Amino acid sequence: MILEMAADAYGDRVAVTDGQTSLSYVELRLRALAAAEIIKGNGSRNTALLDVNSTAVPVALFGSALAGTPYAPVNYRLSKDELSDLLNRIAPATLFTTTDAFSGLTAPEGIILTDRNRLLGNNGAERDWPDLSGDGSEIAVHLFTSGTTGKPKVAILRHENLVSYILGTVEFASAEMGDTSLISVPPYHIAGISQVLSAIYAGRRIVFLENFEARAWLDLAAAERATNAFVVPTMLVRIIDELVHGSWDLSALRGISFGGGKMPLAVIERAMKLLPQVDFTNAYGLTETSATICILTPEDHRAAAASDEPHIRQRLGSVGRAIGTVEIEIRDEDGAVLPPGAPGLIHARGAQVAGEYLGVGSTLDADGWFLTRDRGFLDQDGFLFLEGRDDDVIVRGGENISPGEIEDVLLEHPAILDAAIVAVPDEIWGEAIGAAIVTRPGQAVAEDEVLEWVRARLRSSRVPSVVRFRKELPYNEMGKVLRRVIRGEMS
Amino acid sequence: MKVLKLGSRHKSAVCETQVMVIRATAEPVDLRCGGLPMIEANADAPAGAALDPGFAAGSLIGKRYIDAADKIELLCTKGGKGSLSLGEAAFEVKQAKALPSSD
Repeated sequence: MILEMAADAYGDRVAVTDGQTSLSYVELRLRALAAAEIIKGNGSRNTALLDVNSTAVPVALFGSALAGTPYAPVNYRLSKDELSDLLNRIAPATLFTTTDAFSGLTAPEGIILTDRNRLLGNNGAERDWPDLSGDGSEIAVHLFTSGTTGKPKVAILRHENLVSYILGTVEFASAEMGDTSLISVPPYHIAGISQVLSAIYAGRRIVFLENFEARAWLDLAAAERATNAFVVPTMLVRIIDELVHGSWDLSALRGISFGGGKMPLAVIERAMKLLPQVDFTNAYGLTETSATICILTPEDHRAAAASDEPHIRQRLGSVGRAIGTVEIEIRDEDGAVLPPGAPGLIHARGAQVAGEYLGVGSTLDADGWFLTRDRGFLDQDGFLFLEGRDDDVIVRGGENISPGEIEDVLLEHPAILDAAIVAVPDEIWGEAIGAAIVTRPGQAVAEDEVLEWVRARLRSSRVPSVVRFRKELPYNEMGKVLRRVIRGEMS
Repeated sequence: MKVLKLGSRHKSAVCETQVMVIRATAEPVDLRCGGLPMIEANADAPAGAALDPGFAAGSLIGKRYIDAADKIELLCTKGGKGSLSLGEAAFEVKQAKALPSSD
């Protein structure tokens, strides 16, 4: 429906480009229709994509929808065994890929490979739009959650979830001529999908960056005169680090949104100073909620940065307020709703909130609420502050301790560049606090000083019992710290 | 008269107009376009159906339409010559507002 409307209303405009291929909305529609025929001809029940970003991504996404199959973009960084396991679960399926991306792998039974070039080739005549008279409850996407704390699950998003997200956040054809989204998040990430849908519905041209690298991102942003971009916090860190080593014309750039991880205060403050013309938006959402459910708007950013009042100023570190079509509640372990200021489990409700997994079913409660398994609190005005994943909470002698509060304090130390807090086994307390610390280049800090630093600012129960200094922290490619790796090394 | 299901799609019997229901009530309603009842997205138009000149202001793709009571909201997914109405009461275009997008 989204692509159909775009092709009807502004079909000749350029929809997507990746430096090699460009497609208008009408051309994108033709190729998506041809892709749907390939999928149907293969007798597939699912469609998968194993590839980096390219113009073929929206062709596969919409082709899959037109064929009536769920779309599963697959992480090309997974191991051979993980990939085979996933592909086995969705067979019979059509897998769109390239020789490079698939090298060294063997297709499991029922998986039919189709090369990216076949998606992009001109497939000739206009075809009839297939009958899409469904009510939206069909499955649109199968997406692996990031699984930083456990085995990844397959989240199910239905068409009604994604359409609700788009209608709740984008006005049709609202983009101006020349508006351009730079997409550097991989296609298997929920933000990769939501950005494609939003841009096409708004009529904003998409420029794909094959794989994120700071210099390539800056080069492309300048050359294509990108107006909007979404990045994860680690990408923004690398971009502003690179920015001082060269000169790029970013005068077209109006907005940068970020999400997918905690944004350190120092990074966003520096970014706002280096790029004063850019509107920054902090977006909080999960795969299971069809992307963004909370937003800290550019106005919120500026108001917080300019304020002397501590409770307003600290909002620079919040993820903002719920978007109009979503509700947020904080509850305790027993399900009681908590007042502003009290930390607990974040719950979300709304038509875009899917909360459903393959093999598990819906996890929404009777009133439609989804337990995000993130912890946080709301302030008086509804601004949400995140404290980390519930699974990361350390239970020390019956007391719940969120890693985030200790990490924030450690990061305020002038010699500390990065820090992660994890649970370590303890004979007396059950669990105790382990700290992995990275110092700034050329600087050092003694373990005693670290302990004293925490003791002086937080309660004694927050003082780490194990401190390890590391060269760097392990992150996944989306910038999420891999606590299970750190935990494994400490215990 | 029919109950409008969220997400369901309907088309005009007399023009190109197509809509999707994005907000509705449980009561059955008389959804029309160009003066005639709208039909299922995959149904055929009844023979001899013609546009009522009193309902020919047209519909625009991408616009959201609301009824007078602001209970029913439709998204126009394809524009046409007929205008949308509930019985004889015309739908109005909902004013676009700045939405909180992060994409």
